[in-house]
Amino acid sequence: MEKLKLHYDVDGEDFTSAGEASTDVKRVLRRLGFDSDTMRRVAICMYEGEINLVIHGGGGVADVEVDENEIVIVLVDHGPGIPDVEQAMQEGWSTASQTVRELGFGAGMGLPNMKRYSDEIAIESTVGEGTTVTMKIRPAG
Amino acid sequence: MLIREIKDILEAKVLCGEDLLDTEVKSACGSDLMSDVLAFVKEQSVLLTGLMNPQVVRTADMMDMRCIVFVRGKEPEQSVVELARQRDIVMMTTAQRMFVACGKLYSAGLVGNS
Ligand SMILES: Nc1ncnc2c1ncn2[C@@H]1O[C@H](COP(=O)(O)OP(=O)(O)OP(=O)(O)O)[C@@H](O)[C@H]1O
Ligand SMILES: [Mg+2]
Repeated sequence: MEKLKLHYDVDGEDFTSAGEASTDVKRVLRRLGFDSDTMRRVAICMYEGEINLVIHGGGGVADVEVDENEIVIVLVDHGPGIPDVEQAMQEGWSTASQTVRELGFGAGMGLPNMKRYSDEIAIESTVGEGTTVTMKIRPAG
Repeated sequence: MLIREIKDILEAKVLCGEDLLDTEVKSACGSDLMSDVLAFVKEQSVLLTGLMNPQVVRTADMMDMRCIVFVRGKEPEQSVVELARQRDIVMMTTAQRMFVACGKLYSAGLVGNS
């Protein structure tokens, strides 16, 4: 399989459309014939990341590279950044507003889910400059 | 269990996917927190929730879920129903509250994931 590159602009103002990029990635993986476990792991990582981009990062870009041995997701925003990444990775830690909680997010489970279901995760963040999250997922077997 | 049985047990009203009621489902999840739903990679087929925004449908779709049940008689906007229809997800609404709805389905043989 030749390496496939997908690029998405993720709008930070529009919560209603948050998740459209993830939906598209899933559609592409299905068409390429990935197994359902791999597809679901990619979907969880990508969707949690995309939602964070919208509710915390003020929007940004998502780049996804797909080949048969590895799916690489890179999410970049120029939002407020994360002061303490280790703390942000803890289950239950969240700075989400009440409005965001009423929408069903803000459990502080997004980053832990992304860590659990990716094979590798790297978060680079600078306060006042933004955040880059890179995740790699490899199909089993 | 067939989705049709969920409809009967919960005396639910189907909002879309009437033609998909004979789909077989085995496990369910009840939550108002989407990251809770996304915490289990294992097959889950039914989502019971009190939330009604488009992210409920996208979350269900990410997890390959086949059916969304809104509890406490809630009905979402038409655009949200439409999103479910496009994804071949059955959507229904029941007057039952979350605890009761989950309890009835669990007793009838639908399992959860742990
Ligand atoms: N891109 C980002 N920019 C700035 N802060 C972020 C970003 N992503 C995560 N954070 C911070 O890390 C915290 C934890 O993120 P995580 O995704 O685990 O939980 P959450 O988004 O608050 O809730 P959930 O994902 O369960 O809906 C967030 O509340 C926020 O403070
Ligand atoms: Mg999150």
